[in-house]
Amino acid sequence: MSLNIEEINHIANMTIAEESYRLSNLKTLEAESINIIREVAAEFENPVMLYSVGKDSSVMVHLAIKAFYPKKVPFPLLHIDTGYKFPEMYEFRDHYTAKHNLELRVHRNEEALKRGINPLSVGTVKCCAELKTKALLDALKEGGYDAAFGGARRDEEKSRAKERIYSFRDRHGQWNPKNQKPELWNLFNSRIDPGESIRVFPLSNWTELDIWTYIHHENIEIVPLYFAKNRPVIEKNNQLIPVYTDEHKEEVKETMCRFRTLGCHYCTGAVRSEADTLPKIIEEMMVARHSERITRVIDHDQDSSMEQKKKEGYF
Amino acid sequence: MKGSGSLIRQNENIDLLRLATAGSVDDGKSTLIGRLLYDSKSIFEDQLSSIRTFSKTHRNQEIDYSLVTDGLKSEREQGITIDVAYRFFSTPKRRFIIADTPGHEQYTRNMATGASNASLALILVDARNGVVTQTKRHSFISSLLGIRNFVVAVNKMDLVDYSEEVFEDIVSEFNSFADKLSEESIYYIPISALKGDNVTERSDNMPWYKGSTLLDYLENVSVSGGRNLADLRFPVQYVNWGGGDDFRGYCGTIASGVVHKGDKVRVLPSGRSSQVSRIVTYDGDLDYAFAPMAVTLCLEDDIDISRGDMIARVDDLTGIAGSLEANIVWMDGSPMEVGKDYLIKHTTNMVKGSFSEVLHEFDPEDISMKPSAFLSLNEIGKVKLELKTPLFADVYSENRSTGSFIVIDPHTNQTAAAGMISKYNQVSPDKACRSAEAKVIRYPGDKKEEAQARYDRLSMQGTHCIYVDDELLLETFFKGITADSDRYSSAIENLCKIVTRSGVSVVLCSDHQDI
Repeated sequence: MSLNIEEINHIANMTIAEESYRLSNLKTLEAESINIIREVAAEFENPVMLYSVGKDSSVMVHLAIKAFYPKKVPFPLLHIDTGYKFPEMYEFRDHYTAKHNLELRVHRNEEALKRGINPLSVGTVKCCAELKTKALLDALKEGGYDAAFGGARRDEEKSRAKERIYSFRDRHGQWNPKNQKPELWNLFNSRIDPGESIRVFPLSNWTELDIWTYIHHENIEIVPLYFAKNRPVIEKNNQLIPVYTDEHKEEVKETMCRFRTLGCHYCTGAVRSEADTLPKIIEEMMVARHSERITRVIDHDQDSSMEQKKKEGYF
Repeated sequence: MKGSGSLIRQNENIDLLRLATAGSVDDGKSTLIGRLLYDSKSIFEDQLSSIRTFSKTHRNQEIDYSLVTDGLKSEREQGITIDVAYRFFSTPKRRFIIADTPGHEQYTRNMATGASNASLALILVDARNGVVTQTKRHSFISSLLGIRNFVVAVNKMDLVDYSEEVFEDIVSEFNSFADKLSEESIYYIPISALKGDNVTERSDNMPWYKGSTLLDYLENVSVSGGRNLADLRFPVQYVNWGGGDDFRGYCGTIASGVVHKGDKVRVLPSGRSSQVSRIVTYDGDLDYAFAPMAVTLCLEDDIDISRGDMIARVDDLTGIAGSLEANIVWMDGSPMEVGKDYLIKHTTNMVKGSFSEVLHEFDPEDISMKPSAFLSLNEIGKVKLELKTPLFADVYSENRSTGSFIVIDPHTNQTAAAGMISKYNQVSPDKACRSAEAKVIRYPGDKKEEAQARYDRLSMQGTHCIYVDDELLLETFFKGITADSDRYSSAIENLCKIVTRSGVSVVLCSDHQDI
């Protein structure tokens, strides 16, 4: 095969042009998520974005701000508050939502809290069922929301790897993993009957490492608990559990640690770490030998516990 | 901390390959994925230890790799894959998203789900059974969906004494079937997922095989994404305006092509043309943007544009399809009903349509065509579809985004089928505009805010509509008419008639009309 100079130049130009129309991995994920967020805003009557104050939530909210720039995010954020979140999380939540002019709604299962429900009194399974799942289902029902965004990722846990981006829930908020709607291309089926709803996961295709790299790249604010510093903790079942009360005073040790995921302070373990900046966290991530959810007590309380919780309505 | 900066940049820029597995049940798809993840050290220790425990207690073996992807309780109980699991892994060369899809015929729809976003199909064949119908069905669906890169992994070579002859027979069997598919690149690898032969490590058991290991191939294969950069297609997703300033932008994902600031564009269905004045993003305005970026376009002229409209270059428009022919994969338990109204979701549009005819059904065994009256679960055929409202479409082979659609059953809300357009019949833009069902939505004069909110919502949802109230009417159209006269009421009615006849709905807020 022989080509003349013009043909070679033409091919070279084409190749260069192709190259400049390439999106990086993170920019591709970003575009995909923004597309999903806009689609929900356009097709549903009353969407809401679940805001758990964690790192994934921070990324999801950041993407929502980007999706509707220069206008305001056209739906509210909803925080399902168990009452046992870390004090730093409440402080961050209020600061972050005010700073970005976001509408924040908070829902708690006040009735259960009055009964004194906590993981120590009734165990983690019951506690989650009351303070998280029931609170979430009640809040969604009371708000009349037909779509709720969640920041879950498929790489987090094996039953989450099975989630559709639009995850259909029946009138009782239940998930049926055996009967999920096929989801082709980026055409999402938004048709539901009254009372039914869709959980939407715009971060489905992101990995934990993508989240950290994006936070670094975009300079997104996150709760300071993710950064290593000396914190008072006790060791329990191989977990470093932070201490916020006067209990266990004699066992408390000041330990250099940080959190990989954030939940309720009773049930979230810290990891020993020196990583006090984003680049250090990312480097730590790259050599991590354990999944982030190892520090979440609730994932280990029974076989298939996440799948079971999700069927009942948990995210 | 040396080197973390470059590691971070590497993760931002590293190339991503999406692949889907295909093949019959028990061919070992989940085991292979488990093996790939395990050997590339992509499984965290805590996850691995729970898999080890389950393997020992329930399967009586050291480690059952299929447990890595079969994440549902019912899957582990039955030892089968029910739904797609999306798994992620990366090597220094590439990142991968694997859609591990089910082999059971009952769950073919989930296989298509996984394949629709993939650019490579990893087809497993059990060396003992050869190429079975389900392998062919999955390969055909992958090919219909536009996948042009196939890797055929002939698995369980350990159970046929690593025989070269068995492998070569399967290669020629698959080759003669693949002749009937669109031209693909096909690569054949003999493996044992269970023992790890030729997965990430070269096998000593098959010295006759001179090709790449599976991982080596996946890391290096050059995959054309089928991305169309020639034709600008911008389906309007969301109209971003209101809230006190005069910003008005059209949000959407560029389905194909490139758009530059200053480009002359035309909007379908109205046919009005304008120029791109700004390409807005949170990170600043852009000079140009390309597929698949999610951006916001502003136009020079203030023209009526709603969700579902299509912005394209003045000289390169989509077809305005009133009816079309398409290849269909039927996915619903209830069979297709010819003549029944279905919902068709295409780009950001949702319209009604009905199948008028099944042109033929494909036999997955040899891709031959046979006559058929309708399609039922997992059947593939070519059909004619009549649309109640035209769509702005291209054929699938030229444009995956504007050539694909899903079919929704309006009674059950189930996604009933996936469609790929092969041909369409053009209607005039004028007809496209008129065919929408226009209506008058009335509000009393004191409900101005509600009426305006309704109008905003309708516009964003894609309804072509205008908003009028007494103040506006008396100041403009009906200047000189007394507000409470009969003449005023009938003038309003006439205005509504004229406007709705042209396909535009009216949100009317007035004290002088019957509600």
